[in-house]
Amino acid sequence: MDEIAPEYDVVVLGTGLTECVLSGVMSVKGKKVLHIDRNDHYGGEAASVNIESLFKKYGNYNKGEEPWKKYGRINDWNVDLVPKLLMANGELTNILVSTDVTRYLEFKQIAGSYVQQGSGAKATVAKVPSDASEALRSPLMGLWEKRRAKKFLEWVGAFQEDNPSTYGGLDLNRCTMREVYEKFGLEATTRDFIGHSMALYQTDEYMNEKGAAKDTVQRIRLYVNSMARYGKSPYIYPLYGLGELPQGFARLSAIYGGTYMLNTNIDEIEMEGGKVSGIKATMKEKSDEGEGMKFSTKTKKIIGDPSYFPGKVQVVGHLLKAICILTHPVAYTDNSDSAQLIIPQSQVGRKNDIYIAIVSSAHNVCPKGYYIAIVSTIAEGSSNHHLELQPGFERLGKIEEKFMGPPIPLYEPLESGRNDNIFISKSYDATSHFETTTDDVRDIYRRAEQEELVVEGLREGDTLVGQE
Amino acid sequence: MTSRVSTGTRPGARFAQFKLVLLGESAVGKSSLVLRFVKDHFDDYRESTIGAAFLTQTISLDDSTTVKFEIWDTAGQERYKSLAPMYYRNANCAVVVYDITQASSLDKAKAWVKELQRQANENIIIALAGNKADLVADHPDKRAIATADAEAYAREAGLLFFETSAKTSENVRELFTAIARKLPLEQAGARNMRANPRQGVDLRPEAPGTQGGGACNC
Repeated sequence: MDEIAPEYDVVVLGTGLTECVLSGVMSVKGKKVLHIDRNDHYGGEAASVNIESLFKKYGNYNKGEEPWKKYGRINDWNVDLVPKLLMANGELTNILVSTDVTRYLEFKQIAGSYVQQGSGAKATVAKVPSDASEALRSPLMGLWEKRRAKKFLEWVGAFQEDNPSTYGGLDLNRCTMREVYEKFGLEATTRDFIGHSMALYQTDEYMNEKGAAKDTVQRIRLYVNSMARYGKSPYIYPLYGLGELPQGFARLSAIYGGTYMLNTNIDEIEMEGGKVSGIKATMKEKSDEGEGMKFSTKTKKIIGDPSYFPGKVQVVGHLLKAICILTHPVAYTDNSDSAQLIIPQSQVGRKNDIYIAIVSSAHNVCPKGYYIAIVSTIAEGSSNHHLELQPGFERLGKIEEKFMGPPIPLYEPLESGRNDNIFISKSYDATSHFETTTDDVRDIYRRAEQEELVVEGLREGDTLVGQE
Repeated sequence: MTSRVSTGTRPGARFAQFKLVLLGESAVGKSSLVLRFVKDHFDDYRESTIGAAFLTQTISLDDSTTVKFEIWDTAGQERYKSLAPMYYRNANCAVVVYDITQASSLDKAKAWVKELQRQANENIIIALAGNKADLVADHPDKRAIATADAEAYAREAGLLFFETSAKTSENVRELFTAIARKLPLEQAGARNMRANPRQGVDLRPEAPGTQGGGACNC
C-alpha cells in the first residue's frame, strides 16, 4: 500500500497504555509515528474485554457450553485485565489533562478506600483515614494512637520537600521510615495501614531503606491530596473500563498524524551496525484467507512492550490475579459501587499485600446488579496460588464466576536500549495505580529522546486540537 | 466538559448536543464534508486527515430548537481498519461517506454501516452521503454509482441518503439538517445520551469546585 511511508521517526509495537501514551506525546511533538499491534484490538495486556472474550481467554467452561449467555448483553461487559486505578492527583491524570485526552473519556470516583486489620474471622475492614481528623474517628486505632497518628499526618501535610525546616528535626535524606515512625511513636498496626494503604508499598522493605523516608512521605502526600480532590477516595476510574485509556492516547497520536495498524505481525527487525534500521511486517486480519499485506519501512527507533522482544527481557516476578464476578457489594464497604481494599501482608502472614479492586455497573463495565472484583498479589510460592489469594476471596462472599489463569510473569528489559535503539517497556506491575506506569513512560522517553518528557503546555499554542 | 444540555434563554427553548461520527473509505471526502459544514470552506488539495479532536457546529431547526453536533473524525485510523471501539461509543448519529466516482467505495460504505450496527447504539441514526457530486456535473461519464442504486440500498437499510459535494456545498447543510431533524430531541434529557451533561468528575485542575469535598457531580 502506498500510504505506508518509507521511513518513520519511531515504530511503536503494542498498544498497551505505556506505548500509547508515548505514541501520543511523540506525535504531538511532531514525530512521525507508526504504531503496530499484532492483536485485532487496542490495549494489549491493558485492554478491557467483554464477558464472552473473558470466558474464552480463561477457557473455564465445557466445550459446547456458552456460559456468557446468562450474563446479559456481552458488550455491556468491559472487564479489565490489569487491576489498576488512577490516583486523582497522579501523573497519569496530569498527562490526560495536559494532552486533552480527557475529551474522549469520562471518569468517575472510586467510592471508597479500605484496609483490613487482622485475619480470618477476627478481621476488621475499615476506611483508610485520609487526614488528621479522619484519623481521630478511625476504628483502626485506640484512643492514644489516634492522637499520635493525627500528629504524624499533620506533619506529613505540612511537609515541603525544599524546606528542611518542615522535616521535623529528622534527617530525611538519610534516615529510614522506621525511624520516622519511632519518632512519632506509631504502633505496628498503624505503620501497616500507613505504609500499605496510604503510601501503597506492597512489602515492608521500604521501612528499612536508608533515605527512603522522603519518598514515603511524598507517597502519603499523593494519597492525601488525591483524596482531597474529590472526597470519597483517592482513586478515579474511566467509564467503560481501563481499556479506554490506550484508545484515547492512540486517538491523540492519530490526530497528530500517527499511523495505526492492528492485526500486524512483525516478521523481522532489521539492524545495521548494531542499531535498528527498519522493520518488515505483515498485516492480515484473522478472517483474511490470503497472505495479507507485506510491507517494510525504515526507522531508527523502536519502542515496544516485552511480548515483542522475548529475548531482551527478564522475569522479575509473577503476578497472581483472579477476576471475580459478584452480584452483591463487598461486605464492610458501605454498599459502595466501587472500592479498593488492601490486605497488608503482615495481617495475613505474607510478604506481599493482597489487593482487591472493585468496580460495577456504575462505571459501565457490567450490567446492573453485577460487581467485578479483581484479587491480586505477587506470587510467593511456586504452587497453591489459589491459597495465596484466599484471604482476598474470603472478603468477597459468594462468587458467581472466577477467572484465574497461571501466574503472570512480570518482565523488565535487560538493557536500556541506548545501544540498539530498541526501547522496551515494563509489564504492568502489581501496584494498585498507574504511577509506576507513568514512571516507565518518562524513563523510556528519556532513554529514547535524551531529554525529559514535559507534558505541561502540550496543548497550548497549537491549532489542531480544540477547534471548538 | 461543559454542560451538554440547557434550556436556553427563552422559555421553551431546546438545546441538545449529539455525537456524530464520520465513516467511509480513505479519500472519499469525509473531512472535506465536515469542513464545508463547520467552516464553509474547501481545499482542493487537502492532505489526508490530520484532524481535530472534534469539531462542533450548531444548527437551528426552528426558533426554539438548537442542535449542536460534536463531530468526530476518524483521524485516519480507518485506513488500516484500526478504528478503536471508543470512536463508536455513545455516537448518536453517523455519516457514512462514499465517492460516487469510485465503484468500490459504496461497498466499503456498506461494510461500515454493518460495523456501526454491530458496534454502536442500537438507535443510532445513519446517513449515507455520496460525495463528489461536482465531478459528475460536467462529466456524467465519471459517475460510477447510479443514484438509484445507492438510494435503494439506503431505503432498504433505513438510512438517510444524499448526494453531496463538499466542493460546491451542494446538499451539505441539507444532510446535517436532515440528521438533526431525526434525532430524538424529546429524549435529549434521557439517560445514556451524549446530550447529557457529563456524569463524571472533571479532571482539570482549574475546574471549579475540585478542591475539598462535595466536588463530585456524579
